[in-house]
Amino acid sequence: MNLKKGKKKRCFKKILLYLFLILLVAAMVFPLLWMFSAAFKVKSEIFHFPPTLIPKNPTFSNFLSLFERFPFGRNLLNSAFVASSAAALSLFFCSLAAFSFAKYRFSGRDFLFLFLLGTMLIPYHVTLIPLFIFYRRIQWIDKFWGLIFPGMANAFGIFFMRQYMFLIPDELLDSARIDGCSDFRIFLQIILPMCRPALTALGVIFFMASWNNFLWPLIILKSDKMLTAVVAIRRLQSGPLWTPYGLIFAGSVLVVLPLIILFLAVQKEFIAGITSGAIKG
Amino acid sequence: MAKQVQGIEKESLFKRKKRRGNKIPYLFISPFFILFAIFMLCPTLYSFYLSFHEWNGVGPTTYVGLSNYTKLFSGGGLFLKSMTNCTIIFFEYVPIMTLGALILASLLNSRYIRLQGVFRTFIFLPYVTAIIAITYSFQYLLDTNYGMINLFLSWFGIERIAWLNSPTLARICLSSLITWRWLGYNMVLFLAGLQFIPPELYEAAKIDGATPLQSFLHITIPLVKPIIFFCIFLSTIGTFSLFDEPFILTSIGTSTGGGPVNATLSPILLLYNMGFRYLRFGTASAVAYLLFVVLFLCGLFEIKFLGGKR
Repeated sequence: MNLKKGKKKRCFKKILLYLFLILLVAAMVFPLLWMFSAAFKVKSEIFHFPPTLIPKNPTFSNFLSLFERFPFGRNLLNSAFVASSAAALSLFFCSLAAFSFAKYRFSGRDFLFLFLLGTMLIPYHVTLIPLFIFYRRIQWIDKFWGLIFPGMANAFGIFFMRQYMFLIPDELLDSARIDGCSDFRIFLQIILPMCRPALTALGVIFFMASWNNFLWPLIILKSDKMLTAVVAIRRLQSGPLWTPYGLIFAGSVLVVLPLIILFLAVQKEFIAGITSGAIKG
Repeated sequence: MAKQVQGIEKESLFKRKKRRGNKIPYLFISPFFILFAIFMLCPTLYSFYLSFHEWNGVGPTTYVGLSNYTKLFSGGGLFLKSMTNCTIIFFEYVPIMTLGALILASLLNSRYIRLQGVFRTFIFLPYVTAIIAITYSFQYLLDTNYGMINLFLSWFGIERIAWLNSPTLARICLSSLITWRWLGYNMVLFLAGLQFIPPELYEAAKIDGATPLQSFLHITIPLVKPIIFFCIFLSTIGTFSLFDEPFILTSIGTSTGGGPVNATLSPILLLYNMGFRYLRFGTASAVAYLLFVVLFLCGLFEIKFLGGKR
């Protein structure tokens, strides 16, 4: 009798727990749903009380006028180009440096590595003003290089790749060396293929950071067709008094969706990448 | 004898080569240091120089000594206001979010909850969405006349609230937005830490008659303490470098956010306004430097605090 009661009580507790978790998930998804639904509403429905979660007469007009009135397709391509080249170049330079720190012994190595970690303490905001002035002098305003270059060699990336490269046995590199492989070829043909999981994780982290980056592109990109998609969304808000939510959310859907898909595809590696800093660092 | 031969063989060819002054490792690490010098070190030094000058970007630069700094600290100076805002926001969300993330992580780590993976994915999802997009969504949710939040409240007979017009409420909205976005991220960090706690500890505690709450307080919390500090450290940096959220959340039309009455002004927003709206590069650099010092001290404090423990 008593046992049964205890079981019932535990069952009740469990249901409460699941209810709590489901509510939490709902709260997490709700702002996203709200954004998606508003993207398909006409203007009169957006500014209407009571608001609706499911559009009464769903329409693509927001998307159409977004592409008509703004070079948003170009903006999405810009984001894709900037984010993928930033990710690819950072991966290359970070793993090259990490290879050197993990597999060579040279004087000053430990000091240089410590110095490198120390640079993470400098907030990049200090460089906003001077870099802007510098870019103006060398005419990098409104150019993509200005977005790609500063993040290219990244202390976190080097640290992350170095941890992974410690796992590669030295014997493998030695046998390649005996076969007459040059250092750079060893890096390209042995090290990089073996680091694929780490490269995936770091690549996605870099890609997302660049895709979602707002402040720096906001400062240095000027003309409509050079903007990245995230900054273009802000540029849609051009009137002084009201916010064109229809256009903004149509743009937002197009910005958010690719990243959600990317995340779901490589979730495991991505989360492993994010947590590595907390455990080892 | 055989052992000795083995010992020599074990010494990697790779590592032996270095003693002959190999240049290759330096070549491989040089891109980082060159890029660091160009895009980090020089700008940081130049920023220091600028913070003692007045310059609007075109005319001559004039030396003004410490006046950029003193202006920021004087009565009307907005720097103190922005730091106070961020401190308030920090205390509004960091304790709740950190504890919440830890509790969630322990729940989703326990074997008797199913579909853990699904819950984790959904709770983490906000982290991968673009802040700008989601901030607009929050702005619209909180809209006084057309927002969903006020509709919910009206079901309980509560009058419409102008969320983003009151300083206190606007800050709370900002805190909720930050919590929404970062809860899953912190949870994932804790989940990774919990993997290292052997389950036998919990079993032993259970046999000794400990309640789940006691296990949580006396086993989980002490063992994930380093991660708690790490999370708080990240949140500190994140809070004092807030920009995107206040810039969009409290903006109307083409104005930049930070309102009402500067209640959500953050140091970076102040820097942006000074530098890129009013073209006062000197003052903006002073803001950047003060923030740099604050964050640097936080960083050192953290290293000392954590480094000593490990």
